Amino acid sequence: MDYLKAFLVGGAICAIAQIIHDNTELSPAHILVGLVMVGAVLGGLGVYDLLVDFAGAGALVPVSGFGNAIVNGMLNEVKRLGWEGLFTGAFEITGLGVTTAIIFGALMAVLFRPKG
Amino acid sequence: MDKATHDLHDSYQQMVKVATPKPNYVKNIALAFLAGGGICVIGQLVYNLVDPVEPTSAETAAITLATMIALGALATGLGVYDWLAERVGMGAAVPITGFSNTVTAAAMEFKREGYLLGMGAKMFVIAGPVLVYGILSGFAITLLRAVFTGMLF
Repeated sequence: MDYLKAFLVGGAICAIAQIIHDNTELSPAHILVGLVMVGAVLGGLGVYDLLVDFAGAGALVPVSGFGNAIVNGMLNEVKRLGWEGLFTGAFEITGLGVTTAIIFGALMAVLFRPKG
Repeated sequence: MDKATHDLHDSYQQMVKVATPKPNYVKNIALAFLAGGGICVIGQLVYNLVDPVEPTSAETAAITLATMIALGALATGLGVYDWLAERVGMGAAVPITGFSNTVTAAAMEFKREGYLLGMGAKMFVIAGPVLVYGILSGFAITLLRAVFTGMLF
């Protein structure tokens, strides 16, 4: 059941992005930035975690979930440290992924050539 | 052009208009839905493997994201991800694997300009805006929430 919910919600978020892409002049980069900001704002309002509770990875994996993870990290760190948490929190949850992206990106660049 | 040819031309144009864009439009959405949903199912598989081991949901989320990022980088290195992205559009761009794809693809592409000023400088040429605006908007909303709920003062 959780796989079906992840499929439907994750698929729906991607389909909405595709509809925006096909009907506006916005570039994919603009849509991704818009989605991460929507995720951050809904995260700050406490709404996005309700979607995560329902859909699991269907809400976590789209880039809006990345925005939500930035905010959740900031909120955790504000609870722990006070105002400093606003500055240390962005990478509390996302840092693992960002560092992974850098290490694997560099590794792939060393190992493989781009095609064409 | 006489009237008959003109009418034929018009009705042909009409047919083209009706026939071409709509199937692509529906197909694009369907492919984005299926591919994006499929990637999230892989994410759910990772999530379910990690969840029993990790003490907090934040750690489960972090490891799920990082694992998907690693898988996205591997698929990009092998050339699979770009093949997929050409076919499914936002279905490959929106999941966090797409974020990873832009980092790895930029690293591979700009390596030819050198490891320092090529790969090092331009790795986040596409992923950078997502980080910058995610953090700017996250900072603003978290500050507001912290002030209004009395977390700060």
